[in-house]
Amino acid sequence: MNQRTHIPYVKNGTLQKDPEGRKVVIEIRDLRKSFGDNHVLNGFNLRLYEGENLVIMGKSGSGKSVMIKCLVGLMQADSGYIEVLGKEVNTLDRAQLDTLRADIGFLFQGSALYDSMTVRENLEFPMRRHKEKLGAFADTEPMVLEALENVGLAHTLDLMPEELSGGMKRRVALARTLILKPKVILYDEPTSGLDPITAKEIIELMRSIQKKYNTSSLIITHDVDCARVISERMVLLVDGINYAEGTYAELSSDKDPKVEAFFKK
Amino acid sequence: MTVGQQTQRRLANRFYGAVMNFFQETGALAYFAARFFREVIKPPMEFRELLRQCYNVGNRSLMLVVVTGFIIGLVLTLQSRPTLIEFGAVSWMPNMVGISIVREIGPVITALICAGRVASGMGAELGSMRVTEQIDAMEVSGTNPFKFLVVTRILATTLMLPLLVVFGDLVALFGSALVENLKGDVSFQLYFNTVFNALGYGDLIPATVKSFFFGFVIGLVGCYKGYFSKKGTAGVGIAANTAVVTASLLLFMVDFIAVFVSDIFYEL
Repeated sequence: MNQRTHIPYVKNGTLQKDPEGRKVVIEIRDLRKSFGDNHVLNGFNLRLYEGENLVIMGKSGSGKSVMIKCLVGLMQADSGYIEVLGKEVNTLDRAQLDTLRADIGFLFQGSALYDSMTVRENLEFPMRRHKEKLGAFADTEPMVLEALENVGLAHTLDLMPEELSGGMKRRVALARTLILKPKVILYDEPTSGLDPITAKEIIELMRSIQKKYNTSSLIITHDVDCARVISERMVLLVDGINYAEGTYAELSSDKDPKVEAFFKK
Repeated sequence: MTVGQQTQRRLANRFYGAVMNFFQETGALAYFAARFFREVIKPPMEFRELLRQCYNVGNRSLMLVVVTGFIIGLVLTLQSRPTLIEFGAVSWMPNMVGISIVREIGPVITALICAGRVASGMGAELGSMRVTEQIDAMEVSGTNPFKFLVVTRILATTLMLPLLVVFGDLVALFGSALVENLKGDVSFQLYFNTVFNALGYGDLIPATVKSFFFGFVIGLVGCYKGYFSKKGTAGVGIAANTAVVTASLLLFMVDFIAVFVSDIFYEL
C-alpha cells in the first residue's frame, strides 16, 4: 500500500513496462509547489499506467487541482519531475507542449464551456490547433457528432451553454475532452455540483468511454461513491504527499485515522 | 509609542503600500502591453475572432456614440450661442464648434463612452472566463488564450475607435448645424462649408492619431483587468469597475501627452 520503489520506466525516450506488463503514461517524482508559506505539494509521487483508472482523493485545498494543472503545464511546479506519455513536461517549449496536450483530455470542475460559442463551436475549438493529428482536410462535423453521441447529446449541437443544465454541460465538456481522442484523460472533480443521479450518469459515461477508447484516466475527486465505482487504484493526497495508495477495498478498511477520515459517512 | 505616532505610522504604511501598488500595477500593465506587441506579429492570426470583436466594439457602441454626439453638438451650440451673440461673433459658431469637436470633444467623449461600455465589458467577460476556467480550457486545447482573447480585443478597439470618433464627430456637427439652422437661419450647406474650411490637417491628423491610442488604451486596460482577475466572482465585478476607472484616467493622460506633442509639431 505504501509508495512503491522507483523503477526507471523511461529509457531512451521510450516507455518501459511496469512489472505487471503495463506502460507508464504519467510519472510524477518529488513534485513540490508552494504559494508563499503555504506548501501545497511536498514531494508528491505518482504513476499512472496505460488503461488504468486512478483516483486521487484529498481534502479541499490539499493540492489535487494544483498537481493536475502542473501535469498539463497550466502551472509551473517549484521542483520535481513530471513526465506524460514519455515527455518531460517542464522541458517542453510551447509548440511541443501543445502537441502533447492533443493527447491529454482535461475535464474541468465547472465544465468550462465557452459561453460565447455554441455546443458545436465548443467541440470544434480544440480541433483548430491540432489539424496535424486529425489530417488537414478532416471533416470535423462527423467527429463532433460522434463525440456528442457518445454522451447522448447529439440534439444540442446548436444550443448555447446557457441553455443546458449542469449535467448536460458536464457531458458536453466530456464530449469536448474526447474530440481529439486523447490517450489520457484528467478529470478534475467530475461529479462536483451535480445531483446523485446525474453524478452516477457521468460516472457511467466515464467508464464506458474508458472501455471504448482504452484511455488512461486520472480522476481527482472527494466523492467517495465516485471513487468506489470507478477506481482501480487510489491515492490519498494528505499534507502534500501521497499518504496512502491501494485499491478502494484496501483503503476503506485501513485503520489509519487520516485514511479512515476519508471513508467515514 | 503614543497614539499619534501609531496613527502616523499606520498612515505612512498605507501610503507606502499604495505607492508600491501603483508601481507594481504600472509595471504589470507595461509588461502586458509588451506581450501584446510580441504576440501580435506571431502567427496564427485570429482573423475571424478579430472581425467578431470589431463587430462587438464598433457596431454595438455605434448607437451610444451617435446619440451622445448628437446631444453634445446640440448642447454645445445652444450654450455658446448667447455669449457669441453678445460679442457679435455668432458667425464664428461653425468654426468654434467644428474645431472643438474634431480636435478634442469628439475623441475624448467617444473614448470615455467606449471606456465605460467596452473596457468594463472586456474586464467582466475575461474575468468571468478566468474564474470559470475557460481560459485554462483554451490553453489546454492548444490555443494561446492571450493571442485569441487579448490580442484580438486590443486590435479591435484600436481599429474601431477612430471610426467611432468620425461617426461621433459628424453627428455632433449635424446636431450643431440643426440648432444653427433652426435658431440662426444658417443652411446646412453653409454650416458644413464653413466647418470644413476652418479645419486643416493640423486638426484632423492629431485627433485621428490620438484616437488610435485611445482605442489601444481601452482595449489594453479592459483585457489586463479581466485577464488577471482574482477573488472569484467578486473579482469579476472589481475587474469591470477598475477597468473603467483606470482606462478613463489613462485616457486623460494620453490626451494630455497627445496635445502636448501635437502642439510641438504645430509650432514647427
